[in-house]
Amino acid sequence: MTGTGVGPELIRLSGVDASYDHYLVLEDVSFHVHEDQFTGIVGPSGAGKTTLLRLLLQTLNPVAGTVWRAPDLRVGYVPQLESVNWNFPITVFECVLMSRKSSRLIPWASAPEKARVSAVLERLGIGDLGERHIRELSGGQQQRMFLARALLRQPQVLLLDEPTSGVDISTRHDILHLLADLHEDGMAIVLTTHDLNGIATHLPHLVCVNNRIVGEGTPSEVMTSAVLERTFGARMEVLEHLGVRLVVDEAPATYTPGSRI
Amino acid sequence: METLLEPLGYAFFQKGLLVASLSGGLLGLIGVYIVLRGMSYIGHGLAHSIFGGFAAMQLFAAKFYAIGAGLWGIASALAITAVTKRSRVGADAAIGVITIASFALGVALFAKFGSSGPSFDNALFGSILGISYGQIVGLIAVTVLTASFVFLRYRALLFSTFDPDVATVSGVNVGRIEAALMVVLSLAILATLTVIGVTLVAAMLVIPAVIARMLTDSFGRMLAYSTLIGTLCGLVGMYSSYYADVPSGTMIVLVGAALFIIVLASTGGRGSRRSAGLDRHPEEIVTK
Repeated sequence: MTGTGVGPELIRLSGVDASYDHYLVLEDVSFHVHEDQFTGIVGPSGAGKTTLLRLLLQTLNPVAGTVWRAPDLRVGYVPQLESVNWNFPITVFECVLMSRKSSRLIPWASAPEKARVSAVLERLGIGDLGERHIRELSGGQQQRMFLARALLRQPQVLLLDEPTSGVDISTRHDILHLLADLHEDGMAIVLTTHDLNGIATHLPHLVCVNNRIVGEGTPSEVMTSAVLERTFGARMEVLEHLGVRLVVDEAPATYTPGSRI
Repeated sequence: METLLEPLGYAFFQKGLLVASLSGGLLGLIGVYIVLRGMSYIGHGLAHSIFGGFAAMQLFAAKFYAIGAGLWGIASALAITAVTKRSRVGADAAIGVITIASFALGVALFAKFGSSGPSFDNALFGSILGISYGQIVGLIAVTVLTASFVFLRYRALLFSTFDPDVATVSGVNVGRIEAALMVVLSLAILATLTVIGVTLVAAMLVIPAVIARMLTDSFGRMLAYSTLIGTLCGLVGMYSSYYADVPSGTMIVLVGAALFIIVLASTGGRGSRRSAGLDRHPEEIVTK
């Protein structure tokens, strides 16, 4: 999987500060999203990962610095499952359909619009769940539904907030493979995660955030004890197993690492 | 059958039935968005606020009291939105201060100077007596405006209600939609105030929407059901008001409350699960 980002630039943050209620959450952040990029933003809770996504989405204005986006850029967004009102009266089909770009004056979707929604749901393996209420889906199916909603707009950049939070290992693998396929199809992908071993280590490019960017590069470049300590404020051991970096809080007495960084 | 047809012989009842049904349907329709956005208290506050404008206009421009009260309500709605967004004051506190102060002003003005328009009691609890042709035309106009707004901006309203952040990313101007919704809500409250009453309008914004939610998991069907239930409450409430000889607003709300209990009992746990946390809004979740 490539994805360190050398293609045309799509979004650029330059020297950006962001705050909520005068509380500075991100400081002096410069970040680029390129056409062929597949990036994971990692950091502890409250580090500013979601804020960074909101800056990329332009749903939050910076208090300093500039945000540039390529003209007519199509951006898809998959929110955190925890932020969704699961009691909202909406079926899977209605949820996906709401993101359609339609110039029709009447509220009902046209036959081609419905066919596009059905096709996206089929592609993501939830084609038979359209009439279900959103609460009746499993965690993985809920992620797929929001992915379908984002994909309906055929985005050039897909931003995902903690896409594997609260899902089981099998679902996490499925989602990661699905994102890899979308990236292979030419979509730039940026996601936030706090899952270092399950997600971050498998991505081609990582950005470590703790109120500012404290490290950026491939997993082998940034998944080191020094960078992770600056990111998470805690000592961490980094081990290598079958070419994959694994992070542990501290080396357990029973573990004999193959190599130690 | 004769019992049902007998009151229709009176012109005032015919007008009352039309106005009550339209009012119920209108509040049922707009109420879906109010309930799902967690704005039920705003509906309650706005009705009280409009009462302040209503009383003030009696003093300065009695002939134009409807316009004055409407503008007062819209100004209150926009003030609540601005205070909530730009300060650390919570929405409930902002509504408590702005709208209840406006209501208190209305009560004081009524007490001091009296009224040349609808009476104090009628404004509070609703009445079908003395509904003018102008009020009927106004209610029909607001109903058409609201229905057109919901019809033409269906996707934007749904998207911004369910997920305002993603709606913004998808090209929906959430701020403009929210402002337009507040204006439409103010006009709907003003248009139905005479028949439902200041103190009872908020109930009719909430009850049909909650009953509809208990009956369906689909947003489109909830809109249709809520409108029909509101209309039904207006219709049945109007007849009940005639026979019980009590203010129309009280009977319309009581019919709604009875329907709520029946639906809650018949749908059991499924209904209460559907309506639990109904107004939980994504913005309540603070993320960093």
